[in-house]
This record gives sequence, structure tokens and C-alpha cells, in this order.
Amino acid sequence: MEGIKDRVAIIGMGCTKFGELWDKSAEDMLVDSCFEAIEDAGIEPKDIKAGWFGTVMSGFSGQMLTHALKLEYIPVSRLENFCATATDAFMNACYAVAAGIYDIVIASGVEKLKDTGFAGLGTAGGGIPSSMVEPPVPPPVQFALVATRYAHHYGLSMEELKTALAKIAVKNHHNGTLNPRAHFRREITVEQVLNAPMIAWPLGLFDCCGVSDGAAAAIVTTPEIARKLKDDYVLVKGVRLVCGGKQGTLHDWYDFVHFDENVTASKMAYEEAGIKDPRKELDLAIVHDCFSITEMLIYEDLQFSPRGKAKEDIDAGTFTLEGELPVNTDGGLKCFGHPIGASGLRMLYEVYKQLQGKAEQRQLKKADIGLTHNLGGMPGSFTCAVAILGRRD
Amino acid sequence: MAGITSYGAYVPLYRLGGQTAGWSGLVEKAMASFDEDSITMAVAAAIDCMNGMDRSTIDGLYFATTTSPYVEKQAATTIATAADLRRDSITMDFTDSLRAGTNALRAAFDAVKAGSAKQVMVTAAEMRLAQPRSAYEAGFGDGAAALLIGDEKVAASIVGWYSVTNEILDVWRSSGETIVDSWEERFVLDEGYRSVLSETISGLFAKCNVSAKDFAKAVYYAPDARRHTEMARKIGLEPGQVQPLLIGAVGNTGAAFALMMLVAALEEAKPGDRILLANYGDGADAFILEVTEEINKIRDRRGMKGYMASKKILGDYQTYAAWRGFIDVAAAVRRPEMVQPSPTAVWRERDANIRFHGVKCKSCGYPQYPPQRVCTKCHAKDNFEDVRFSDKKGTVFTYAMDYLAPTPDPPLVIAIVNFEGGGRIVSMMTDRDINEVKIGMPVELTFRKLFTAKGVHNYYWKSMPLRG
Repeated sequence: MEGIKDRVAIIGMGCTKFGELWDKSAEDMLVDSCFEAIEDAGIEPKDIKAGWFGTVMSGFSGQMLTHALKLEYIPVSRLENFCATATDAFMNACYAVAAGIYDIVIASGVEKLKDTGFAGLGTAGGGIPSSMVEPPVPPPVQFALVATRYAHHYGLSMEELKTALAKIAVKNHHNGTLNPRAHFRREITVEQVLNAPMIAWPLGLFDCCGVSDGAAAAIVTTPEIARKLKDDYVLVKGVRLVCGGKQGTLHDWYDFVHFDENVTASKMAYEEAGIKDPRKELDLAIVHDCFSITEMLIYEDLQFSPRGKAKEDIDAGTFTLEGELPVNTDGGLKCFGHPIGASGLRMLYEVYKQLQGKAEQRQLKKADIGLTHNLGGMPGSFTCAVAILGRRD
Repeated sequence: MAGITSYGAYVPLYRLGGQTAGWSGLVEKAMASFDEDSITMAVAAAIDCMNGMDRSTIDGLYFATTTSPYVEKQAATTIATAADLRRDSITMDFTDSLRAGTNALRAAFDAVKAGSAKQVMVTAAEMRLAQPRSAYEAGFGDGAAALLIGDEKVAASIVGWYSVTNEILDVWRSSGETIVDSWEERFVLDEGYRSVLSETISGLFAKCNVSAKDFAKAVYYAPDARRHTEMARKIGLEPGQVQPLLIGAVGNTGAAFALMMLVAALEEAKPGDRILLANYGDGADAFILEVTEEINKIRDRRGMKGYMASKKILGDYQTYAAWRGFIDVAAAVRRPEMVQPSPTAVWRERDANIRFHGVKCKSCGYPQYPPQRVCTKCHAKDNFEDVRFSDKKGTVFTYAMDYLAPTPDPPLVIAIVNFEGGGRIVSMMTDRDINEVKIGMPVELTFRKLFTAKGVHNYYWKSMPLRG
């Protein structure tokens, strides 16, 4: 089967500032992000023929988008797929264009997390009647389970592992200081990370991403139309999504030091985009650093680092802005927080801007091809999405 | 002759004791963990009692307590289900009296003798609340016992019995109340305990033509150590004949008290021993037991000895007070209000959640919990047999400690457990010392109460480090 490589172009993107946006509703954020994308694309709302709208817990149905933007009787599908929700919306928008069904479409994602009154994700996943016997495994615990096993598996002391993880948090915080859209814009030190209060042992406060409100959007069309509208459009080189089937909690051989979801989704996307050596060929990667340990595993699962060697690359500065393969140049989830339904498009926004050379203080010298990656769920039952974008030829 | 064919016991891990800060009691007492109640402790004792047995040979389960979590809804049903007994079991609750334990024993014995059941499990468990800082609080303990009654391979035959019923308000708790009340101690002890228990034991001796010297051990209820010693003198027992009272180590475990002491006596008994069992509460029950050679074949239980030796002293009284609901402690972070579990879903999943049945694929042999429709390994559809996971041994594959979890005992340890023979679960770990949890640690499963929401008590299995 033919992949999606070079068959779809992004001509406009928008992204709100992420943070505790007490004075913004989900509708406000949708309007802000989508109109930025529409203006960036140089089109009118009436040019949009269909929409894919992602939110996990901030509302229901495609009508949230049509109502916010006052789109007149167009098809909009609402998507929910854990942390990969926004990338799923983007993928479906791309597929509709590649299939030749619509010429200009929108992918949009929003999450309003700070109206719940609760820290963390509050009522996420709640509300479905059940026997309520499932052990409570909130996100910090899901990944703490991985950190414990990773240290054991590779014979690292917990101090060695935690120091490596701290460097990831320090790097992402530094990148966040350079980004006006980030929630947290403060340098931190390794000592601060190591001495922070424990959230889910072995992960402390700075190993965890924040909880924020935010929205992002993309206008997607064919390369032919894109060429007529602007010079610096960006091409979709690959986008793939896979879902786990609870293997991690059923298979006693699922090892918790790699995620098959990451490995499978990235291999599929690399193949689609024609990438053989990701570490050499990618210029940047915006990955799902919901927790520091997650980013560390991603380095290995996405073939940036050999198995068990992520720590060496972290120590060598491989993934800093000046490094061989900058990761999370925008500050990552660490500094943006994770409005679940928006994060995937926020990541695409950073790659889009870097490829256009419009990433301001964060701008990389060479930015021709970049990757985004989302991961949501529990080890062995993740939804994982990987998208690869490239500059126009 | 019908009698006891197996025994088991359960004493919770935690004790209040001399090292418990803020605790006024001079001696130790066993206290149920925050996630235990009379149902969960009875399940633990029943499982101890069934060690190595074919559970399908048991025809019924009786449960004795004054502290059933429900006023309307049978506890024995939950216990029998968690113990994975047959669906055509006869289940009954015996309640409202400290004598409920021996009432249930008598009823089980009668059922076996009458031939309506071959084997009946008698369980008794108690977790009574007393006014904080009261003498009752110092004396009350939590625990459970289980006795299997049958007429084959009997380890202790029941050869004599006698009962007295006595209408008196000595100790009581009205429905809707949580704390035990009582009348003046001198009246309670003189006209209640002392007079009625001795009358009953005398009646048993006269009826069966025996005397105190005929017994190797005497197991009898007493509200405290002083009355226990006084009663021995009154009956004419020598100190060596008296089974030690559990007060001072476990505490007065109410409806389970006499049966827990009986289990302790049986652990030491020799074939040919004659044991006196006497229990008090709204009258009294007394029995004569004769120990047989079979007793030596049922020694591989944890029993009282094993569970009493495995203990941890709680660090402070405030934790106890919080676990019992005497003080309301704020959670680490704000949380949504707990909703009620769906009784429909609870019912639909009863074999998985209460029996803790998983499945084993008949095509590839891989065990999996919870039960699946499609095999996670070979993808065969609906080709499984049920497998009980509750008595499987496992080891910790990895774990995490959640410091923000809404648990009365933070941090909440979440452990991925791999089972001997294959299969894996995600579990909450209880009764653990966080400094001892590590990858590779052997664990067992224990039936616990997860929470109570809107009048529904939600039970499930947790992992815990091996006891003992």
C-alpha cells in the first residue's frame, strides 16, 4: 500500500499559550488556536470542508468545533485516544485529504483541565459505571513502575538513574525558557530535581509534567493547493498510530524497559517516511515526555540511542538544543503541561515552526525533517502515535 | 463421631503495643488494617483452614460475628465466594452475640450429625469498636478463626455439649451504633459472666459425668486476665490445664475469641487429649472435645502460632484512630468524591473479583487474569478453563509508591506481580513495609475491602509480602 509521504501538506498552524488559563474556556482556546491556523494558512473559515476534533474530557462531539468557529454544516468527527488524541485527529485529517475526499480540512485539539478543582487529571477516565476494583494506577505510577524496572534491568543504582532523568528535566526546562507559549519558563538544576518532593517513587515532582489548559490546530491540504497558498508549507512524511491491548498487564514477558507500542509505531512511520537511521536523519524530535523516564525510554524505543545506552547519550548532551539530535526543543510536556487533547498538535506546531525557520530563539541551524511522538495509557496498553514532517522540496 | 476435621486462624499484622506512640494500653493487641473487616479476616482464616484441601468437598460455610459490615446482606455468602466454595453451599450468618462463634459450631455439628451436610466450615471474625481511650478499647482485639466440621478423619471429636440461655443487658450495641456499651462492671461480671459460665460448665460436667481433672486443656472465654484466673479456681482447674487467654497479645476478639483460643489449643494438642471449650454471651455454650491421631495430619497451617509470630507494631495511635474513623485526616491532594461501584458490574464480575478466577487458555495453556474472551497469547476465542488465582504464589516484577494516592496508609504501593506457573496482575500491595518492598520479593494474595462508598463495601484482592 502507498503511504502518506508527500501527499499532504500543512499550510497553517495555531497554538495557544499553555498554562493555567483560568479566564479561558475551551471555546476561547479553540477560537484562538484555530483562527491563528486559518490566518497562517491564508484561507477563510468557509474554505474548511471537514474537521477532526480531539478532546479527552472537555466536551463531546464535533459540534464543539463547528459551534466555536461557526462552521456551516460541515462534517466534524470527535476523537479520543488518550494522549495521542490530537495526533489521531491530525492523522485522520491527513487521510481524508490523501484519499481525495476533501481538499482543505482542519485538525484541532483542546483540553480544559483546570476547571476540575483537582490536581492531576482529576476525573479523567471516571464516570463510567464499573465495579471499581481496578488498582488505581494514575500516570505517575504507570511510569514509576518503568523507572523501578529500568534501574533493576540495567543494574543502575536508583541515584544513577535519577540523575540521568534529572538531566532530561533540566534540558526541557531550559528549552521552555526560550518559548513564550510554554507554561513553565524557569531554569532548574539537577539538585532541585533530585531534592523535589516525591510524587510516585521513584519519580519526584520535576520528573512529572505539569497540568495545563491549551489548544492547537492545523490546516491540512494537498501539496498542489499548498503551493498556490504559500512558499513555506510543510509536507507530511509519515504518520502512524498503534494501540496496545493490555499486553503489559497480561503478558508476564512484557519487560517494562521498552514499549512495543513505541517500537512498532515508530518503525511504521520511519518506513513510511523512508527513514533508515533516525538518529542521523532526523533534525529534531518532539516526544511525549509526560515523565522524565518516558523520554529516556523513547530515546531507545525510537532508535535515537542503543538499548540500555540512553544514559550515556544524556550524559553526552546528545539531545540538547546544541546536541546531535535535539529533543523537545520547545520545552516538551515538561514545560507545556499536558492538556491531553491538544498536546499532539502542539508538538506538530513546534516542528512546523522549526522547519519554516520561525522558531525564534530556539531555531535550530538545520531543521529539514522532524518527528513528533505521543504516548498515552499504561505500559502494554498505550496508544502511540508518531508523525514525521519535512520541508517542502 | 462428628467433630473438627481442620482448623485455621487469622491474626492481623498490626499490633498496638508498648512502642505505639500515644497508646495507653500496657499490653499488645492485634488490630485489623485499614482495609480489613470481619469478612476479610474470616476469608483469611478459612483459606488457612483449607490448606491443601479439595475445596469442593465443603458443603457449607457459617459465619459468626457481631461486626458484619452489612445489617441486611449476608456476609457468609461473600466469605464462601471468596473462599471459592461450591455454589450449592449452605451459608448462614450467626450474629448479635459474643456466643455466635460457638452457636455456629453447634449448628454445624448438628448439621453434620443429622446428615444434611458432610462438611461445614465455621468461621468467626470480629473487629469491635470501643470508645477511644476506654478500657474496652485497650482489651478488644481483631482476628478470626475457622473450623471445619465433618464426620470423617475427625481430629477432635465433639463428644459432649451443654448450653444455657440468659437474658441480661451486660454488654450491648444497638443497631446503628458503632461503639460497644455496657452496664456497671461489677454487675456485668458477677451476674453475667462469672455466674452463667460456671453454671454452664457445671451443667456440662454433670450431664457428661466428668470433672475438671479429666481435661488436658480448658479453653474458655473471659473478659480479662483476672476473671480468667478466677474462673479456673472456681471450676477447679490447675494452671497447667488452662489455655492462655489471648488478652495481652491479640486481645478480646469477641465472637471469634473462644474459637481462636481453641485453635491455639489444637495446635498443641496430642491424640487422646480431652479439651473443654466454653464460651460466654447472652448465656453460655460448653463442649467436650476428644483429640484423635488425625490431629498430626493437619499441622501445616499458619494458625494462631504462625500469625501471632508475624507482627508489626503500629508507630502511633493517631494512625489507628484515623483508620477507625475516629479522626478525619485530609488526603494529600483534593480528590473527586468517591462514587458507588455499580452493583450490576460487581455482580457480573463476581467470579473474577471475589473468587479471583482468571482463565487458562485451552489452546496455548497461558493463564491470564482478569478473564479474557480472546487469548492474549495465541488469540483463540472463548476457549478457556477457569483458574483460581487467589492461592497462587507470585513475585514482584516491578513496583511504584504513590505518595498522592487517597489511601489511609500512604504511600500506596502498586506492584506488578508475576505468578508461578505464568500470568501477571497489577495489584495494590497491603501490609507492607516500604523499606522491604523490592523486585523479586515473594508475595501472596489477600482479600481486602477497597473502600466503602454510599453504603457499598467493595472487596477485592491485594498482594502482600508473605506472612511469617
